[in-house]
Amino acid sequence: MAEAHAEHRAHHFETAEQQFESGKLGMWIFLATEILLFGGLFCAYAVYRANHPEVFVWAHKYLDVTLGGINTVILICSSFTMAWAVRAAQMGRQKALVTLLSLTLLFACGFLGIKAVEYEHKWKEGLLWGKRFSADLRHGAPAAAADAATAPALPGNTDERSLIGPAASGPAGLAPAGTSGHGHDAPAEAPRNVQLFFSVYFAMTGLHGLHVLAGMAVLGWILRRSVRGDFGPDYFIPVDLAGLYWHLVDLIWIYLFPLLYLIH
Amino acid sequence: MTETGHHGGEAATGGHGFVHIVPFRILAGVWVTLLVLTWVTVSATGVDLGRFNLWLAMAIATVKAALVLLYFMHMRYDRPINAIVFVTALLFVMLFVGFALMDTLAYQPELIPGYAPAVTQ
Repeated sequence: MAEAHAEHRAHHFETAEQQFESGKLGMWIFLATEILLFGGLFCAYAVYRANHPEVFVWAHKYLDVTLGGINTVILICSSFTMAWAVRAAQMGRQKALVTLLSLTLLFACGFLGIKAVEYEHKWKEGLLWGKRFSADLRHGAPAAAADAATAPALPGNTDERSLIGPAASGPAGLAPAGTSGHGHDAPAEAPRNVQLFFSVYFAMTGLHGLHVLAGMAVLGWILRRSVRGDFGPDYFIPVDLAGLYWHLVDLIWIYLFPLLYLIH
Repeated sequence: MTETGHHGGEAATGGHGFVHIVPFRILAGVWVTLLVLTWVTVSATGVDLGRFNLWLAMAIATVKAALVLLYFMHMRYDRPINAIVFVTALLFVMLFVGFALMDTLAYQPELIPGYAPAVTQ
């Protein structure tokens, strides 16, 4: 059997099956390192959220659940078309393979487009990471409407947050909301260190977005090769492995969506 | 060569005995289930379950992740070594996060709420 498909088999493999299984194992080991990479960020998320639950409850309202939900659906659909594309490749359905890979790429573009819209809103409202954070939070509402009047007010701001840098907040930052010893603890009032949430948000969604970009590059390459007719029942490993990578991107988003957008 | 798993579903087609093709109805079923679970997790956020909101959201996410892994990523039909590699990485991430959280939570009772000499005005 192996001899019949020797043209697809590298010389250092005994059989096509050995080549197939080695490729898969290699990909899974790579995916394991990806899990460890994101694991660091999930750990940062867990520690920040355990220390500052009030920040997460308060700040997640600035994320758009509808856009996040649409993006979740888009990624699930792209995973479905990807899995279907692998099936088409395995069965030698050339046209279906090209169509399904194109659809997967289209969904990926949709995801990034929506992500760009979300990032743009955050950028305009100054809901950014760490020191770049410059939103006016005193009214408990996105500053978009009022930003002409208040957004550039940072230098002369009377907001205590800008007077006390995050580094100096130390123990106070660990205190639960409502007991922080400040006179004005109205529910609409922003807790301290809201920028923590946005640091975590941008780090996690940013790294995920980079993975989407990388996945799109791989899918584009696979699509080009499928148009050329490289794949069929005898040789579909690249489609399969690109699919595994793409599903991992979906897998990570499955956790990011509830952790960032659906905080209760 | 060793036998690879053919746990149900369509058997191999084409020239290779080791290739497993996931049946279309399984792929479509997983897709629909993932969409339904997404809807469930969004709706569940509106219900006040206290701290169980987080656990419910994580449980739903884990079911979704398991579906993606088992069927979209062929893990159920693959050799066990692939699953072992991946699940080991997951376990170590859980250990990592778990120990970090144990540490974080262990110090919390010692903090005096609102006591921050560095920032008292």
